[in-house]
Amino acid sequence: MLSKEEILHIATLARIGVTEKDVEKYQHDLSEILDYFKKLEEVDVEDVEPIGHITGMLNTFRTDKHEDFGLIGKEAIMKNVPEIKDGCIKVKSVL
Amino acid sequence: MIRDLHQKLINKEITSVELTEQYFSVIEEKDKEIGAYLTLTKELAMQQARFVDEKISKGEEIDLLAGIPCAIKDNLCVDGYRTTAGSKILDNYIAPYDATVIKRLKESAAVILGKTNMDEFAMGSSTENSAYQITRNPVDTSRVPGGSSGGSIAAVAAGEAVWSLGTDTGGSIRQPASLCGVVGLKPTYGRVSRSGAIAMASSLDQIGPVATSVEDVAIILSRISGQDPMDATTARSGDKKYEDYLTGDITGSIIGVPKEYVESLEGEIKEVFEKSLEKFKSLGAKIETISLPNAQYALPTYYIIMTSEVSSNLARFDGIKYGLKVNDLSESVSELNPNENSNAIPRTLLETYLDTRKIGFGDEVKRRIMLGTYALSSGYYDAYYVKAQKVRALIRKDFEEAFKKVDFIYSPTTPEVAFKIGEKTSDPLKMYLGDIYTVTANMAGVPAISFPIGFQTVEDKDLPIGGQIMGKWFDEEGVLNVAHTYEINK
Repeated sequence: MLSKEEILHIATLARIGVTEKDVEKYQHDLSEILDYFKKLEEVDVEDVEPIGHITGMLNTFRTDKHEDFGLIGKEAIMKNVPEIKDGCIKVKSVL
Repeated sequence: MIRDLHQKLINKEITSVELTEQYFSVIEEKDKEIGAYLTLTKELAMQQARFVDEKISKGEEIDLLAGIPCAIKDNLCVDGYRTTAGSKILDNYIAPYDATVIKRLKESAAVILGKTNMDEFAMGSSTENSAYQITRNPVDTSRVPGGSSGGSIAAVAAGEAVWSLGTDTGGSIRQPASLCGVVGLKPTYGRVSRSGAIAMASSLDQIGPVATSVEDVAIILSRISGQDPMDATTARSGDKKYEDYLTGDITGSIIGVPKEYVESLEGEIKEVFEKSLEKFKSLGAKIETISLPNAQYALPTYYIIMTSEVSSNLARFDGIKYGLKVNDLSESVSELNPNENSNAIPRTLLETYLDTRKIGFGDEVKRRIMLGTYALSSGYYDAYYVKAQKVRALIRKDFEEAFKKVDFIYSPTTPEVAFKIGEKTSDPLKMYLGDIYTVTANMAGVPAISFPIGFQTVEDKDLPIGGQIMGKWFDEEGVLNVAHTYEINK
């Protein structure tokens, strides 16, 4: 079973706020599913390369040319921003 | 059905405006009970319908999909309309552009009726995880339609749309298609552009069509597939018209049945499945038992890879750029979360992230983000994620070996028929186990279709059973032709 500290650590990494009740629930739910994942321990994967791309597609190239879309879509994109100040996206102070 | 409606449109037996209004009145009448739609796009629909009618009246040629009403899963962006992915965190999100598939449908002048309900961010197998509403199975409204594309599938099954688009990460098109008695296709990974689809697990996600016949599914696939500069994982596929490959002849085709899949079958599903094998034989196909030795590991492997990709993809929902923002609560709901590992982010900013995501995401989404974060976290990455990607390579190898001997792989789509609403919500692991036959196609990247093969009678209701044909990479035409041949020989 995952400890309370482990759950809090993961929750903060995942940026998900938790209450005491959540922690207990995650301890139970996550542990049960992680136990189920243990089934993979029995598989021998010696010398097996992990999958990179499933249909084996290799490099996809495009011309090294930038496209200037100007202001197209700017208004529509900015409409979705929760907080704007002076035309910029507002974020809580970082420093 | 699409061809018939197309004929009626060009013969001027009905206009697209009339047809579209008919569908809106069916929605009006039925959707209170079914709950397939989250948003109706009436203005866009009527505008497209009038455009098509004008073309017809001028005698111009129109595409097969032109003027025909369809429904779109709410994780696909339609420019100017609300796109929620079934989540409260995107409650007020207005898509600023069209997904590539939508752009292509608009070029065909298809009529988009609305956006359909789904499990939040496509995480679920019953559409009960939507933050907005449940969707009911039109065959028996006390039961779930399956998920996560439950709204798209129920809309088609209830006659609230001619066809629809869904997305499929581990079975989210095929499982509900099976449970509601319609046809649904998950294309080969890379066949259809994912640009403008709200990402769940990027190495597994594919967009695919849902309809009442295999031919309709083929017609739709022809219009949405193909290479796209906006999605570097799309494959070149030219201008293939999949509907032209439906010969109705599968003489000599070899269909493999994985013994690992059918060993545990029982009851009426087993009977119906065995009857369908006889039918395939009578149509000239050869049935062979095959083995996919690593199939037993597909589900845990899937859940590690999927949750890992989910935790990464959903990091973008941070309350800053779009969607819900929970800020300046008088008391943060996240006081328990320690600050130590967050690289000294100021507490106020960290709390915006924590509170927004705690309140904006539902239980299942948070559970999967937590699992994926754990699997990718320092010290566990090799044991979970890398290991899973290696097992995935073994699963793909099983398919490569199998396809040396057989042309197609056949099984039921799901281990059981539609279950009751609320029956499995309290046990996430039990819900996951229903994906057992469908996840392997996503793991291996192969195309797979679900189509109706019979019924199981429960409480006087005939609940649909689906069969699933998987094919070789990029052999959509083969997969479609097998299902089509089965379907036309009733």
